[in-house]
Amino acid sequence: MEKERIYNVKLPVFEGPFDLLLHLIKENEINIYDIPILQITAQYLEYIELMKELNLDVAGEFIVMAATLTHIKSKMLLPKPDPPLPEDEGDDPREELIKQLIEYKGFKDVTGFFRDQESIRENIFPACPDISTSEDDEPLVDLDIFVLLDAFKSVLQNTGHSKSYDVDLGDISVTEKLNYIMDSLARKSQLNFSEFFARHKSSRELVATFLALLELVRLKLVNVLQSSSEEPIVIIKAADNTDRRGVDGEGQDKGDN
Amino acid sequence: MERDRIKAIIETLLLVSDRPVSIKKIWQVLGETTDKKDIKSAVDELINEYNSRPTQIEEVAGGYRYATRPEYTDWVKKFLKLEKGKKLSPAALEVLSIIAYRQPVTKTEIDSIRGVDSGGVIRSIINKKLIKGAGRKQVIGRPLMYGTSERFLEYFGLASISDLPTLKEVSIETDEQNVPDCILKIENEMSENEKE
Repeated sequence: MEKERIYNVKLPVFEGPFDLLLHLIKENEINIYDIPILQITAQYLEYIELMKELNLDVAGEFIVMAATLTHIKSKMLLPKPDPPLPEDEGDDPREELIKQLIEYKGFKDVTGFFRDQESIRENIFPACPDISTSEDDEPLVDLDIFVLLDAFKSVLQNTGHSKSYDVDLGDISVTEKLNYIMDSLARKSQLNFSEFFARHKSSRELVATFLALLELVRLKLVNVLQSSSEEPIVIIKAADNTDRRGVDGEGQDKGDN
Repeated sequence: MERDRIKAIIETLLLVSDRPVSIKKIWQVLGETTDKKDIKSAVDELINEYNSRPTQIEEVAGGYRYATRPEYTDWVKKFLKLEKGKKLSPAALEVLSIIAYRQPVTKTEIDSIRGVDSGGVIRSIINKKLIKGAGRKQVIGRPLMYGTSERFLEYFGLASISDLPTLKEVSIETDEQNVPDCILKIENEMSENEKE
């Protein structure tokens, strides 16, 4: 499982645009109630550029926030009517954003409490721990990332997709495909890798689905297994054997990151 | 029934139960003639007696259960062949805290507080049984609402949802008197749900 790390660029991981904004506010020791919008917008955009340069898929939510910030900035730059209109009194274009940031910060701060409790609790076991013992009767083995890449390459070749003839039909998000895989697994306990991918129409879709699959494997939500090199590769939900006392696995979701 | 016998029965019940046992449940088993107060004080006495033992009886998720002590965690993990250090992701904790304080809450509401899509995280913590469906919101589309489960209380070692710290004073010592209205409301709703 170490190998898949090769594909990860290590950067401070932000859960979303609010998280990134809070980080910038903290780093600059800014008063959250009086955010210097020019400075923060510039830094925020810089960060987005950096993410793009590193070839990271910048999630749509980050772009939306960039637009929001720019919008607030332009509103604040507009000259105020003189004398000010009565209804304009105290109307700060930043207000809504600040409210959201503070609300989010409250929940983010409280996660520290949950983290501490988790650390204490993971060392206490009940009398009848609910331990799944089914892992031994599974003859399938975890797949190497390179076997997976090869399998993906052959799917691309077999389906004869050519990138140059793709028509852009709007955005295909990895998050969407992530959910699609999980939904498919909710209906069927296991998916055949090549059959599953053969259903996709465009190579962009294929790539998005494949990235989603890699992400799910990294998050330990699914397992990709094969009993021998001649057998088909199957995708199964990892929940079946990660449910020991509920302390297993991770459930990250970073949008399209 | 004499006290020692009540204690012995409680101790036995806790041994065979795979989930926390409430005072009410013990009361039902004992034949409902014993006073609930006597049961509570018998449990408290048991907990005290266990203070000199390597195992413990602890209050969690609205009941009591027989459990190991943290000192022996390495031995338990070795015995159960558990990997150590598997923790919830920061995203999962964010979503859980939003659900804990705002329940019942829809995915859209969670997304808007976090500023990102939380579908994957929600699915993962449902798989871990930390949250559950809590009815549907009476708006267009009737979206599903989520609430915390009994497993959530067990996982974080909380006797009830009111054990959560108040939202803004996390770093400060939690004040019992200071439970916000929203939490009290949740508690009331939860106990009403139990009655159903």
